[in-house]
Amino acid sequence: MDDVIIGLEVHVQLNRLSSKLFCGCSTDYHNDPPNSHTCPVCLGLPGSLPVINRKAVEFSIRVGLALNCRIEQQTMFYRKNYYYPDLPKGFQISQYDFPLATGGHIMIKGEDGERNIRITRAHMEEDPGRLVHAGTIDRAKYTMVDYNRCGMPLLEVVTEPDLRSPKEARAFLDKLRTILEYLDVFDGSLEGSMRVDSNISLAGGDRAEVKNISSFKGVEKALSYEITRQRNLRRRNIRVVQETRHFDELRNVTVSIRSKEEAHDYRYFPEMDLVPIRVADWVPNVQASLPELPDARRDRFREQYGISDDHAKSLTSEIKVADFYEQVASRTDPRLAAVWIADVLKGELNYRSLGIDRFSPDHMVEIVSMLASQEITEDGAVILLRTLLDRKIPSLVDTEKPGATKAGGQLSVRVCDLVGSLGLARAGDQAVRAAVRDAVAECASAVSDYRSGNERAINFVVGVVMKKTRGRASPAEAHRMVQEEIEKGS
Amino acid sequence: MLAQLREQILAGSAEEYLSRLFDRIDRSKLNAFTTLDRENALGQAREFDRSPRKGLMAGIPIAIKDGISTMGIETTCSSRILKGYIPPYDAHVIERLKAEGAIIMGKTNMDEFAMGTSTETSAFGPTRNPWDLQRVPGGSSGGSAACVAAGEAPCSLGSDTGGSVRCPASFCGVVGLKPTYGLVSRYGLIAYANSLEQIGPITRTAEDSAFLLDVIAGHDPRDSTSAPAAAKGRYLDGLDGGVKDLLIGVPDEYFGEGVDPMVEKAVWDSVSVLEGLGATWQRVSLPHTRYALATYYIIAMSECSSNLARFDGLRYGRRPGDDKDWHTTFSEIRSAGFGPEAKRRILLGTYALSAGYYGRYYLKALQVRTLIKQDFERALEKVDLLASATMPFPAFRIGERISDPLSLYMADIFTVPVNLAGVPAISIPCGFADGLPIGLQLIGRPFQESLLLRAAQAYQATTPHHLRTPEVA
Ligand SMILES: [Zn+2]
Repeated sequence: MDDVIIGLEVHVQLNRLSSKLFCGCSTDYHNDPPNSHTCPVCLGLPGSLPVINRKAVEFSIRVGLALNCRIEQQTMFYRKNYYYPDLPKGFQISQYDFPLATGGHIMIKGEDGERNIRITRAHMEEDPGRLVHAGTIDRAKYTMVDYNRCGMPLLEVVTEPDLRSPKEARAFLDKLRTILEYLDVFDGSLEGSMRVDSNISLAGGDRAEVKNISSFKGVEKALSYEITRQRNLRRRNIRVVQETRHFDELRNVTVSIRSKEEAHDYRYFPEMDLVPIRVADWVPNVQASLPELPDARRDRFREQYGISDDHAKSLTSEIKVADFYEQVASRTDPRLAAVWIADVLKGELNYRSLGIDRFSPDHMVEIVSMLASQEITEDGAVILLRTLLDRKIPSLVDTEKPGATKAGGQLSVRVCDLVGSLGLARAGDQAVRAAVRDAVAECASAVSDYRSGNERAINFVVGVVMKKTRGRASPAEAHRMVQEEIEKGS
Repeated sequence: MLAQLREQILAGSAEEYLSRLFDRIDRSKLNAFTTLDRENALGQAREFDRSPRKGLMAGIPIAIKDGISTMGIETTCSSRILKGYIPPYDAHVIERLKAEGAIIMGKTNMDEFAMGTSTETSAFGPTRNPWDLQRVPGGSSGGSAACVAAGEAPCSLGSDTGGSVRCPASFCGVVGLKPTYGLVSRYGLIAYANSLEQIGPITRTAEDSAFLLDVIAGHDPRDSTSAPAAAKGRYLDGLDGGVKDLLIGVPDEYFGEGVDPMVEKAVWDSVSVLEGLGATWQRVSLPHTRYALATYYIIAMSECSSNLARFDGLRYGRRPGDDKDWHTTFSEIRSAGFGPEAKRRILLGTYALSAGYYGRYYLKALQVRTLIKQDFERALEKVDLLASATMPFPAFRIGERISDPLSLYMADIFTVPVNLAGVPAISIPCGFADGLPIGLQLIGRPFQESLLLRAAQAYQATTPHHLRTPEVA
């Protein structure tokens, strides 16, 4: 796909702020009735004036620095003029010349190895309100407007056209989200918190813009559809029209938006109700307060805990997972913890669509420690993870500890109790040896097959051992002991 | 006068005083008010009489330009499109007035969205000049000036974007002050051209102007362009300091062609009066004056095209007929809601900001604005204040200029440079031409309102012009 050229404009809601960009209204509106988080300013009532939320500027500088951007000496706001019912002032306060941050870059996992993606700029703006159609957009009899979202602080991050596939676009978004969450400026779990416009073209062709895609999966699908559409046009010698298209998430296609609506002249001009901000003066303090970012943490994990780069990367791609890992790694074998968190726990969580906050670090420490001291087997550890995640705790434990869940959704169960009630304690050497002796005696034909050169016949005997010990023996150990037992008898 | 009025009201009755004003308004032919908040205001006056409150404005009624938001009182900017709009909040200045015990009597007529020099573009019909009912009161704060001149209100607030306080003050023979940009919070002032405008007091005397400015000036965190608290003076203090130490500049460019000879003479006479009081004067130059009108109108219209975009009838204001699709409904509401002058300025401003024209018009205007500002800085390095006519001629007849916008725009020639520079200026009565008041404009350095008021006070202490009242009063 060397001929694919993709650039993204990502609108990020700085939703970790407690108030909106230009007024004091709360940003915590997601569970509240429409138009309950509004005031004269965000409703654009006549005579109201915007006042910049200084914390939003600080958050934006934080992001700018984390994206390796230059922060302008002085930044200012502009009005972007257009008429739409979700825009109560008839203009959006945005930035134009002198945006807050310019000329950055981040590394992503590309189609063939690590790739550097250039960031053109990052600028602040206010979110418009939200239209709610009575029915589908084309059949609705009327539309309602909810201004709760109006005035939410947005940061628009614009990339150079450096991405070469939908997968890379996805990787960029994943990385951006990771960085934003590390910076504690963004919560990606809230609806509409990240929206993407993308420019896409094939080398030598005109580009189409696909607007307002609201999910990461949507971005991949929209871009894939668009590439196929543009390739088909090219095959038939039809030129791609430079236009704006809308991604229909239900049908998984992009559709042209009428060109009349797209012929916008936004008449940008300075917002004189706000004064320019000398952001350069803020940079040293913000820089000093920047947390460790994903790439740096990944390097440190590798060195400090002696784990593989793949594990380090997997563990740092979500700040909560990384924090979880460090809590566990500091109290038990860090390498074993890396394997069990990155390779096993993450998979089990994914399968259940659960976040890592559903699993207690204390439980993980116990499980990893018991694995390290060979008190349980790997099979047993997996059973423990699943039992804890699914909360299928044996009644014994439940009755012993009534109300076995805590406020945080964590189970107040001790893993060692669970090992007891589930019978997962690894069988002692004596018990395994006895099971091995019995199995070798019982499986005479398999033993003779093995002796006559059929190496795989031994697995049958090991299987019988496992059955006899009800999984509490280590398969490798059992294998070695069966081998010894057979050779002793020959 | 306001200070004495406060004592009189306290000794007598706020309700009685206010009733007399409402009676006078009822009999008036001026059409100075768009809304009277009679019941509420009288209720507050009764309440005041029962248990008098303290405060600088205790019990004093005041009229407010209809472009300033008043909680619970319809605020229309004299436009059809805002008919029925009742703000859910008070402008900063209204909060300040109420905090000091003032009683809001009603809203005054204005040019629609403050776009005009005559109050003829109001959707409520023109306000008449109390000195000659066939003439305009000036604009855009025509109602605010006319009601004070005619004794229908002891004081009022207007707003001044390009002369909208000073022009009607000049035409109606009262005192109008345009404060330094940033001295008075614009929070709640419905924007016409937000980088230019300020709310200002309209009163009978310089002393009252200082009195009212003391109440409304000061920092407001809700207006990002609001000056720090330290910029505010104590305007009544030192008001009688005289002009002995003052050097007055008379700008060459503010005299000559287009200026009524009687107006010119009145200005020179005023300079002589000030000289007689111990001031000295010299000629100064403001070389970029001839670009001021074009610069002003490009900036004001550009800003208004954006400021007025919010009026779509969706959330407030007039929404006649059935809703159709968004674009149709939006255009219908705006076509029916805005008058011709508002439409003209929105169209011209939209044009000036359009791709390909922005650099030629808006950006160029911003550059010239800087030059004009520098003119004032240089001149005011040499002299303490500038003196000129406020308007080049006295009040004209209703209908005389309204069909010729360009000649109407020309009338603002001495007032708009002040807004472009952001400096303070005051208009005080300085004589009469055939029975019509003439205004003297004094312009000062940023945040030196005290100096302006001191000079105006000294002038009024020795001249009778501000004491004359029109026959309708
Ligand atoms: Zn708000």
